Amino acid sequence: MDHADTLPAGGAAAVSGVDEVAVECDGVVIRYGDTLAVDRLSFTAHRGEVLALLGPNGAGKTSTVEALEGYRPVSAGTLRVLGLDPGRDHAALVKRMGVMLQKGGIYPMLGPAQVLHLFAAYYADPEDPEDLLDQVGLAAARRTPWRRLSGGEQQRLSLALALVGKPEVLFLDEPTAGVDPEGRIVVRDLVTAQRDKGLCVLLTTHELAEAERVADRVVIIDKGRLLAEGTPTELASGTADGSIRFSTDPGIDTAALAAAVGPGTSVEEERPGAYRLRLPTGTATPPVVADLAGWLAERSLSLGDLRAGQSLEEAYLAITGAREEPGPDPAGPTKRGRRGRGRRER
Amino acid sequence: MRPLVAQLRAEVTMIFTNGETLFLTLGIPVVFLLFFSTVHVLPTGTPHPVDFLVPGILALAVMATSMTALSIGTGFERGYGVLKRLGATPLGRPRLLAAKILAVLAVELLQAGVLVAIGYLMGWNPGGPGGAGALVGEALVAMVLGTVAFGGIGLLLAGALKPLVNLAVVNALFVVLLLLGGMLIPLAKLPTWLADVSKVLPAAALSEALHGTLGHASPVAARDWVVLAVWAVAAPVAAALTFRWE
Repeated sequence: MDHADTLPAGGAAAVSGVDEVAVECDGVVIRYGDTLAVDRLSFTAHRGEVLALLGPNGAGKTSTVEALEGYRPVSAGTLRVLGLDPGRDHAALVKRMGVMLQKGGIYPMLGPAQVLHLFAAYYADPEDPEDLLDQVGLAAARRTPWRRLSGGEQQRLSLALALVGKPEVLFLDEPTAGVDPEGRIVVRDLVTAQRDKGLCVLLTTHELAEAERVADRVVIIDKGRLLAEGTPTELASGTADGSIRFSTDPGIDTAALAAAVGPGTSVEEERPGAYRLRLPTGTATPPVVADLAGWLAERSLSLGDLRAGQSLEEAYLAITGAREEPGPDPAGPTKRGRRGRGRRER
Repeated sequence: MRPLVAQLRAEVTMIFTNGETLFLTLGIPVVFLLFFSTVHVLPTGTPHPVDFLVPGILALAVMATSMTALSIGTGFERGYGVLKRLGATPLGRPRLLAAKILAVLAVELLQAGVLVAIGYLMGWNPGGPGGAGALVGEALVAMVLGTVAFGGIGLLLAGALKPLVNLAVVNALFVVLLLLGGMLIPLAKLPTWLADVSKVLPAAALSEALHGTLGHASPVAARDWVVLAVWAVAAPVAAALTFRWE
């Protein structure tokens, strides 16, 4: 994963053109009356990237996405989508963005073919609706009224409608909610294909597995606040207890390995051939993995089942679960717990 | 132009593939015209009820399409999030509204054609005031004003109420205005106080204008034109100010 020897710093992004910011959310606050839905949220999403807003229900994901889509004003902070203001430049933006609402949004009595052809007519240079019907697997159901489609078919039609205007940025609110496993694969493949075409895809999900599978970067939010941000891998290792699990031949010299990795490290053979390497807190994982691989290679030992830290799921539960812990301050225990963890991640 | 044409086609398709809407906009007016022209049970005050019924039922048809059908359809589109979703497309509100207005006018044109044809078959004799001939131009102006007024009322309700509540309210309003609006029963048959209330409502103003231009009644009173015009301005403005898209 280390490109430092082949590319100048930041070169990976520059070469593939993915460093261009497409969506920018800076210190955004959204209030509904007295309720604070989004609290000083900041993040960016780039072209050629899938960014997942991950959080439990009521975390502020939809509020954030709908503000970016221009549906609601923000109380404070700034939003930029393709360099435009979603509220003021709405007319210019709608030609360049694709939107999938959390639910509904489609004429219930019209079939997929009718709706896709109708939406295609709104845009100057649309995708071919018939191609899209094939891509989302709705060609056979082309005349079935929307209300009689299955939940998965409705979501796939909604995704096709988001794509029909050849957008540069895609906002997908819970794109796989209610979609069967086969449909999920269709949705994921389409999302990945759009990303590879250079689109910026911003999606929301409350399902970790979905974020882990489809997102290049994940922003974890809860109660309107950013708790953690990073690639699924970074997030999983970042909140780890500082351990790396791997397998190799049984009976290696664990003490020598620990010494080779660095001070404060310990290595334990949990089961024959299955090891756990504990690191002092704050140690970056990639160089350790490199050291580990090097040490094993010198001894002609194979390296298998490498897992740095934990799964994203464990990380997510650790991050969001922290708010359940009673904190030392009775006035604001939950906030303290969350924010403390959130800061560490950044 | 292409987005507007596509949207208009979709709006018309939805009207003509929706059973309830067809029943409301064509079924009820046609059945009423055929039935009450044949069975003389209504106190129309004319020897040939069809002469009273054609203008009255034209007014009813305008109300059914521009208020009731438009309101119910728009209310459900709002409830299903369709209007919200369209807000994220380049269609834009002006073109959406234009498509809806044109679709209503297209349906009304069809209704008027069918009702006038049936009227002639039933022996309608368009008289005009004092038998001087029907004032078709003025009748069309009245129908357009009525469409704008009722369309405004329909959208005002659709933009404020939940879809199912709106459905009930708009249907109830349709029945009340049908009875009080001089469409089937002449205003003269209502108690004076009720007729006075009716005369400031758009239903009576429209039907009186059509009776005065296409029927055998006396010429249209200035008050009817004023009432119709005021509703045609006030209702759409109120709708525009209060309409909630989600």
